[in-house]
Amino acid sequence: MSLLHFSRFARTMLLALLVAIAVPALAIDTERAFDDPALQARYEMIGRELRCLVCQNQTIADSNATLAQDLRREVREMITAGKTDDEIRTFMVDRYGDFVLYKPRMTPVNYLLWAAPVLLLLLGTFIGLRIIRKQAAQADADGPEAGQS
Amino acid sequence: MLKFGVPLALAVLLGVFLFVGLQRDPSYVPSPLIGKQAPEFTLPSLHDPDYPVASKELAGKAWVLNVWGTWCGGCRQEHDTLMAIARTGAVPLIGLNWKDDGAAAQQWLSALGNPYAVVASDPEGRVAIDWGVYGAPETFLIGPDGKVLFKHIAPMTMEVWTKEFLPRIQAANAGNVPAGG
Repeated sequence: MSLLHFSRFARTMLLALLVAIAVPALAIDTERAFDDPALQARYEMIGRELRCLVCQNQTIADSNATLAQDLRREVREMITAGKTDDEIRTFMVDRYGDFVLYKPRMTPVNYLLWAAPVLLLLLGTFIGLRIIRKQAAQADADGPEAGQS
Repeated sequence: MLKFGVPLALAVLLGVFLFVGLQRDPSYVPSPLIGKQAPEFTLPSLHDPDYPVASKELAGKAWVLNVWGTWCGGCRQEHDTLMAIARTGAVPLIGLNWKDDGAAAQQWLSALGNPYAVVASDPEGRVAIDWGVYGAPETFLIGPDGKVLFKHIAPMTMEVWTKEFLPRIQAANAGNVPAGG
């Protein structure tokens, strides 16, 4: 296959891929968009942060469950009423708990969750260093008469 | 000893986590409302839209809010249990008819029996959102002071009723006797 052919093939495949991922994005939210694009952007962002509780691994923006539709309506109304993003998040958390947020808040219950990646990295580094040091020391000790430990 | 002990301990710990994880139901979302004041509502009655059902009027004694709909299979499953509970007269059962067709809901109750003291109609699901409802059937227990005491998510069974609800109802209503009139 020549380079030219390949690129045409790649272009076709890319186009097919784009069409395939664009269709589901169109299908979900059938409500009229906000007139103000800034409000629409906020609406879409919040929709992607909130969990649809009946279809748990989807956001309310992804799901067409009736509960997701109702929650989108609440978000839309709160944005229209001039509520801030935080007020909308608090509204949801008061009713459905922290689980409704895909991006967990920093709360005392969550500190361990937030600290876990750093703690695990430190633990891994510590264990790794110890193993390397130990092997280096062993290699030094073994140096002259290999095979005996 | 340390060489084997530490990895072994870690493996056991991981095993415990996974085992506990297996026992847990991921679809169960604990309600943040427990121990808090129940959200107030005033909704039209299912049987007479001119007659409002107001949660405030229920204060003073424990009551139960059961969220149901004719579209909900679990609700059909628990219906006979609710009928049996209603016959004991332990507590008023208030129905919240969630995102349902009023005529279908009335038809359901006249065909299968009506366990509810009154049914509030919530076709838009706004009160349900206030209560953090996400999947019918859900059953809330509200104390005489208007606080949410317990929530059961799944069809009601006699076992859950006698184990979780009855003791709480008795304690709540008993606590209220000296204070109330």
